[in-house]
Amino acid sequence: MENKPEQKFILLHARDNTVTALVDLASGDSIPLGGGTKPERIIVRQDIPYAHKFARSHIAKGDDVLKYGEIIGVAVADIRPGEHVHVHNVESKRAKGEPA
Amino acid sequence: MNFSDTVFMGYRRPDGQAGVRNYLGVISTVTCANQAAEDIARHVAGAAVFTHQQGCGLLQNDLQIVERTLGNLGHNPNLGAVLVVSLGCEGVNAERVAGRIAESGKPVELVKIQQRGGYFGALNEAGLKAQGLVREISKLKPEPVPIRNLRLGVKCGASDPTSGLSSNPAVGKAVDRLIAAGGSAVFGETTEVIGAEHILVQRCRQQEIADRLLSVVAALENRVRQSGADMRGGNPSAGNIAAGLTTIEEKSLGAIVKSGSAPIDGVFRYGECPPWNTGLYFVDSPGREPEILAALAAAGCQIILFSTGIGAPQGFPFVPVVKISGNRKTVEHLVDFIDMDVSQILLEGETLDDAGDRILEFSTQVASGLKTKAEAIGYIGSTAIYQTGPIV
Repeated sequence: MENKPEQKFILLHARDNTVTALVDLASGDSIPLGGGTKPERIIVRQDIPYAHKFARSHIAKGDDVLKYGEIIGVAVADIRPGEHVHVHNVESKRAKGEPA
Repeated sequence: MNFSDTVFMGYRRPDGQAGVRNYLGVISTVTCANQAAEDIARHVAGAAVFTHQQGCGLLQNDLQIVERTLGNLGHNPNLGAVLVVSLGCEGVNAERVAGRIAESGKPVELVKIQQRGGYFGALNEAGLKAQGLVREISKLKPEPVPIRNLRLGVKCGASDPTSGLSSNPAVGKAVDRLIAAGGSAVFGETTEVIGAEHILVQRCRQQEIADRLLSVVAALENRVRQSGADMRGGNPSAGNIAAGLTTIEEKSLGAIVKSGSAPIDGVFRYGECPPWNTGLYFVDSPGREPEILAALAAAGCQIILFSTGIGAPQGFPFVPVVKISGNRKTVEHLVDFIDMDVSQILLEGETLDDAGDRILEFSTQVASGLKTKAEAIGYIGSTAIYQTGPIV
């Protein structure tokens, strides 16, 4: 039986432009993103801690940020593939997330 | 996977529903009757006792919540018969509770402690009645029941990042499968909806349902604000942000994804039971375990799927609560809490669809009699009913 490779990220919905890291990823890591016959790779551009998100594709400033196939916020800066997607470049459309 | 032809071995009830267990429910109407109810149940094999700290000294609205919750708990298909234990002078109307339960067609008895000369008198009468009821329902034999008669409740608690990434979405897939096969599901936790209500509203089948959903969220936020707190501003918390959650939408979505993707067919008050039709229903309820498990049981759920990352212990007296975790450390560390391991999603690349199939398949085994870990050790006693106003 083939050994399954360690899962480094999860894509929660086919429509999403973000994926979530399942291990701590280091800047420069090359991650197979596609699967299938032509696996595309993505270079992680920053350290991405476990359970944090990075961009799966280019997200332009003003674009919706998607996870679970739903809008979780809006990009307030251009986000390149492999870049950390978090409070520094995404804002809620519902309420500002303020650190307590 | 298509589950339309799946059956489970259940107990048919006079109202056409089917239980996955066959208990005598011993239901206390008020705090003051709890101990008698517990003592009666202890003496009768096959009895499941429900106690709570309400039933008296409450404003009218909260008394109504208690009455409809107890009445609908008595209707739950997992109960073959019900013994209502009342003190006699409580605010809740015990006759109305017993009468409401009797509408289900199942045998119901009511014992009032003050009318029976106190504890020993009540124990004597109630014990004999309970003995008779248990013997009567023991004649029922489980028979094959189509999965469309199954109603699952869903809840998450003691969450960690694996909850929103694996166990919650996998539970959501199981819910989608069940509804596609003709069954029904109920979710709640109004607090978890805050921030994602605009997304749930899009899933409501009618405008009227969407309006009800928004109104229960607004009512909860108002009550919280009256207490001087704000559930929206502080979310996600600093701890959430450190754990990777960016916005309140994302946090809420990670919780409500356990309801799957089906349209919402109704929004109900705490303690109400949605109609027995195929579909997905929302019950206005807090997230705290004893209160929401009671709400899901009152909503008719025969089984509750409980997604947990860190590992929560509790079951419910007469509804199996299936603990599902996507965190392998929790699965291995808390072997006596966790019923289902879905850590394969994050560690081995199992698809959410496949994990959802496994969860529904496991649910049908539980429906046919497989005991959950909480049932096997009797960790089923933390029960409560929600209240909205002061105790007076």
